[in-house]
Amino acid sequence: MSGTLAEKVWDAHVVRRAEGEPDLLYIDLHLLHEVTSPQAFDGLRLAGRPVRRPDLTLATEDHNVPTTPGPITDPVSKIQVDTLRRNCEEFGLRLYPMGDVDQGIVHVVGPQLGLTQPGMTVVCGDSHTSTHGAFGALALGIGTSEVEHVLATQTLSLRPFRTLAVNVVGHLHEGVTAKDIVLAVIAKIGTGGGQGYVIEYRGEAIEALSMEARMTVCNMSIEAGARAGMIAPDQTTFDYLKGRQHAPQGADWDAAVAEWTALRTDDDAEFDEQVELDASDLTPFVTWGTNPGQGLPLADSVPDPESFADESDRMSAANALAYMDLEPGTRLRDISIDTVFVGSCTNGRIEDLRAAAAVVKGHQVAESVRMLVVPGSARVRLQAEAEGLDAVFIAAGAEWRLPGCSMCLGMNPDTLSPGERSASTSNRNFEGRQGKGGRTHLVSPLVAAATAIRGTLSSPADLAGLGTSSATQEA
Amino acid sequence: MDKFETHTGVGVPLRRSNVDTDQIIPAEYLKRVTRTGFEDGLFAAWRKDESFVLNNPVYAAGSVLVAGPDFGTGSSREHAVWALMNYGFRVVVSSRFADIFRGNSGKAGLLTAIVSQDNVELIWKFLDNNPGAEITVDLLARTVQAGEIVAPFDIDDYTRWRLLEGLDDIGLTLRHEEEVTEFEKTRPSHKPVTTLT
Repeated sequence: MSGTLAEKVWDAHVVRRAEGEPDLLYIDLHLLHEVTSPQAFDGLRLAGRPVRRPDLTLATEDHNVPTTPGPITDPVSKIQVDTLRRNCEEFGLRLYPMGDVDQGIVHVVGPQLGLTQPGMTVVCGDSHTSTHGAFGALALGIGTSEVEHVLATQTLSLRPFRTLAVNVVGHLHEGVTAKDIVLAVIAKIGTGGGQGYVIEYRGEAIEALSMEARMTVCNMSIEAGARAGMIAPDQTTFDYLKGRQHAPQGADWDAAVAEWTALRTDDDAEFDEQVELDASDLTPFVTWGTNPGQGLPLADSVPDPESFADESDRMSAANALAYMDLEPGTRLRDISIDTVFVGSCTNGRIEDLRAAAAVVKGHQVAESVRMLVVPGSARVRLQAEAEGLDAVFIAAGAEWRLPGCSMCLGMNPDTLSPGERSASTSNRNFEGRQGKGGRTHLVSPLVAAATAIRGTLSSPADLAGLGTSSATQEA
Repeated sequence: MDKFETHTGVGVPLRRSNVDTDQIIPAEYLKRVTRTGFEDGLFAAWRKDESFVLNNPVYAAGSVLVAGPDFGTGSSREHAVWALMNYGFRVVVSSRFADIFRGNSGKAGLLTAIVSQDNVELIWKFLDNNPGAEITVDLLARTVQAGEIVAPFDIDDYTRWRLLEGLDDIGLTLRHEEEVTEFEKTRPSHKPVTTLT
């Protein structure tokens, strides 16, 4: 029987199917962090239940950790991290704590270790779990009650999803990245456009992306409301995985590759919905509003709320402009930025840092701007330092930090002050997301780096008159 | 989880669309390690604005939130559900909920009633004309009643049954533990484990 990639992975994990009940699916990998797990462990303790499969569970500390050297100083953050440590010890779970070479943002760590593999089911109490779909895994963000359910049973009750194909045809121009693709997709289908769907990203522009760029795309599936985003595994996937710590070896590798190669949507399979985008039409994309669907090409201007046909879009745009302190008609390129953040589970990997470093090399960060560069994991940080990227950032006047979620969300010391405006490579421009009263423009690492230098929203092409930089990036 | 059949309480109109979970409870309030005490963080930024609906004493006892489309988007934080419940809400009415938020609500015992946007508008109008009025949400009949308005709502049968019975999900799954064990025997050996190899 023919099926889509998502349906194949789903069907391979059904433990129990019964009339009138959701399917019970087996979970291959359960990732944990300190924020969404404490109440789940409490629940286990209350019921006297053990963790069913500690060997399929992995924890890391990321949301609360400071990115400057030294211990956590916020006592409440410290309690949350200490609680995770105690819980992992009590239930016998592997934890990569602050300071460990394998610590980092949970969605950077899993793939980096080779734990995220095609055809798996992956869950985490974190909506950006969709990142892991880049490997052809079905990766779902879940709530704390579900975290407890997976800890206790290694399964999850799930209603079937509908399937949505996002076909990205054509080729990206230089300077246009995976981040621009996904921001354009969200702007096209809206923050609710993916609701109820698992998205499969397809087409030559997607196939041409590196694994890390694919992770950027899948990471933001949730910002379109989708439960998951997936990309069929191919040689790029296998090359990325081979030799990683937890990747299969020897005969197991061959068996795995044979199985993974079959993980494709059949030619005659049907999606419930299809959307098409031409990559060659895309230019650098930035958001102007307070949800990730409120984005436009950098060359455009802040829209007039009255220009929206739909009443609730009008209301939402008017609220957004008031919060963002923007006037309709202002050229996006004229918007001044106080803070540039390069990092997060969306764009905190080595290729992102390379791309940003290539742009800032030979330039200085504008005086009015502070630029934070935060590697997504300790290993990304080490790799960047081995390549000398840290020196490039520091020479340009940027701050080179320790790994963590950092300024993606206001749970650690890296926050915007009220009224401050950022260009951020993270995933959410919600009101107050980066700190109370902070204003966020979502951008690619290339746009972030160029913006840091000019002080207003910019792309590397805008630096042409400013001297030496020659920006190249893996798409 | 407590059983849910019907609920009658003060309706609160929240005339905003795309209410994301960062608005429902900002990240700085997520540091507690319990399921209680999140009410202070509920809509924390908006509550600083005196004109925000929850600052109107008429809605002090509010327990049925009537919101615009795409409620609960963004972060998977179940704290958003706990914050609403800790504050006293038992029901959220909207024409569209984000998937994860809706799932979390069902697990924690908060009813998410999907009502057409036309009916949401009617209920908003009713609440504008009758501030502080009560709304009745009947899970058995799947209706939201506000004055003369009787609006049907959608909810999937399984979640409805679990709410009506007040059932614990984990207990339900553990009835099928043998099937889980059988499934585990069929997993390919090349699948990874997190322990060091």
